[in-house]
Amino acid sequence: MSTAIADPAVMSAPKVESTPWLDEAPRREVSEDLPAWYLDLQNDAWKKFLDTPDPTRFDEEWRFADLKKLRFARLNPVESASAPSSIVARAQNDLTEDYAAHFVFANNELIHSEIKDLPEGATCMPINQALEEHGDLVREHFMKEERSLGGDKFAALHAAATLSGLFVHFPKGCVAEHPVVAHHYVGGELAPIFPHTLIIADENSDVTVMDNFESINEGEQSLAIGVVDLIATNGAKLQYVAYQDCSDTGAKHVQINNTRVGRDAQVKSAFINLGAAWVRNESLNRMTDNGADSQIFGASLATENQEYDQRTLQCHEAEHTTSDLLFKNALYDKARTIFGGLIQVLPGAHHTDSFQTCRNLLGSEEAEANATPGLEINADQVKCSHGSTSGQISDEEIFYLQARGIPAEKARQMISFGFLNEAVQRLDNKDVEEYISDKIDAKFRELLA
Amino acid sequence: MSNNSLQITDLHAKVEGTEVEILKGLTLEIPKGEVHAIMGPNGSGKSTLSKVMAGNEEYEVTSGSVTMDGEDLLALEIDERSRAGFFLAFQYPHEIPGVSNANFLRAARQARLPKGEEIDAIAFYKEMYEKMDLLGIDRKFTGRSVNDGFSGGEKKRNEILQMMVLEPKYAVLDETDSGLDIDALKIVSEGVNAMRSPERGFLVITHYQRLLDYIIPDVVHVMADGRIVKTGGKDLALELEEKGYDWVTQELAPA
Repeated sequence: MSTAIADPAVMSAPKVESTPWLDEAPRREVSEDLPAWYLDLQNDAWKKFLDTPDPTRFDEEWRFADLKKLRFARLNPVESASAPSSIVARAQNDLTEDYAAHFVFANNELIHSEIKDLPEGATCMPINQALEEHGDLVREHFMKEERSLGGDKFAALHAAATLSGLFVHFPKGCVAEHPVVAHHYVGGELAPIFPHTLIIADENSDVTVMDNFESINEGEQSLAIGVVDLIATNGAKLQYVAYQDCSDTGAKHVQINNTRVGRDAQVKSAFINLGAAWVRNESLNRMTDNGADSQIFGASLATENQEYDQRTLQCHEAEHTTSDLLFKNALYDKARTIFGGLIQVLPGAHHTDSFQTCRNLLGSEEAEANATPGLEINADQVKCSHGSTSGQISDEEIFYLQARGIPAEKARQMISFGFLNEAVQRLDNKDVEEYISDKIDAKFRELLA
Repeated sequence: MSNNSLQITDLHAKVEGTEVEILKGLTLEIPKGEVHAIMGPNGSGKSTLSKVMAGNEEYEVTSGSVTMDGEDLLALEIDERSRAGFFLAFQYPHEIPGVSNANFLRAARQARLPKGEEIDAIAFYKEMYEKMDLLGIDRKFTGRSVNDGFSGGEKKRNEILQMMVLEPKYAVLDETDSGLDIDALKIVSEGVNAMRSPERGFLVITHYQRLLDYIIPDVVHVMADGRIVKTGGKDLALELEEKGYDWVTQELAPA
């Protein structure tokens, strides 16, 4: 009896039985003029999508999730966005201070591209174009991850769908100081988009990419299923940010980042969530060779009835690999967050350092933060830690700022901003860092005014 | 009530929500242009005095008054006190992760401007850098989070920088010397001495006489059991150092 009461899954799970997330399978659109291997992949993915059962709250990977929030009666075929020029203008007004290249996609179509300052030899193009021009590289790396953190049905639908998004390849020694930025807009009632990002960073290259997901209109029911493949090898540095600020009232967003880090390479990847009604983030990281390092960050602001559900895996497959995860959530009103993270050190992956921290700032008594950090160690001489905390802003903190003349309300804004910004500061790109910081700052100014 | 001093009159304060009285009728006047020091044994109420003046809500003033150039300090909110010209250098400065020192200082200065007026960022940075140079603070410091991961000395230096940027009328330094090595102590003292002016008053709270070798006080007060029990010139600090705090508890303020 007492264990049932103490079990947060029982306490927080929705009372209704789980229902399918989609009543009616979406209509499939197949394009014929694609390489045979890719058509096969799409057909297999479609079959997998149909065969994979819907997630239920009884699945460990979906524990705590309120699946009602994900439910769609159906998905409509997307239409080309009307007034693309105004969408492009909007995207151009919403850029980092400087950038290497900029792409705008709306409803799965490329509507704008600008190469500003890419290093010689680097490739940055829509992924459907890359399918023709760099078919071998795409084939080698596109959705090769076989493990899933629970979102395999969504990943399958993504793979079966029309291809949109970016292909980025930085060959040996290519370094870009400024980020590649891609905007992905979704619009139309019950419209789905399937943005894919494939980034390959070869020997000693250095590349930063930010995907920016937004709704064209407020209040529409929409779905974005984004899948990202991040591949860094031999001393490469790759940074990737999934920045999401979709409509709070209707947008649902599934973002799956699959990361593979090779010898002496480093990947920093981040989820920034400032919008959408329901979000599922999955970050699967494999450190496959000596010296591989993966750093995973999250900064999310959840208000009203928003739910952010985040699952992560840090899988150490080789000796002398490292990873560090820091997820920060600020919660208000009746918002919910879920963090489920696992550090896995495989047999033989000795001398691994792996850390995992989830921190929640609770801005209301009704907000709910769930966290289940996990460790699985099968090697020796390993340094690992995991933990999660939830708390409120203390009076002492407010007092310190007030004692410098800052009004209490502004003090609260600043401390809350700082709480999320601490994760943003771990990124290594000034353009991206400033862009995100300003956005978070603006959100808190509005929220805590 | 003086229009040219920080005046504390028969101040009584207790821990909020309890009957534990800490300040038991404290009276003290710091005229503009003077540096006063308060010394006293642990538990005498020195830090409580500084927190009460700053407006910390852990304490409740039950009677008495604090006026700053004639203005009732206790009637003001915490942030209003600061903007009116009161400054407290904290014994244990708080850390604010994710908020840069530059943005923090800027927000504090911005709060002093009339609504709708924006701070001149270029002039502000220039001024901040000048003051940082004076305190030997590296330029990288502006981008670091406030006190986050700072050593004890760096935190105290940061308090002095904040004081220099906010240019208060009266500053209370709560055990600013604690945790400082001799080099840091010298730098912090130089910062305070550079701020000394006929237009500004200081109250330096310390447990040790050492700080007063560098910040020479005009007046030294000895505090015990929530009151000032003896007042004298700078030599009183030396006498106290020599005789020890037993002298205070046994002879000046016997229980």
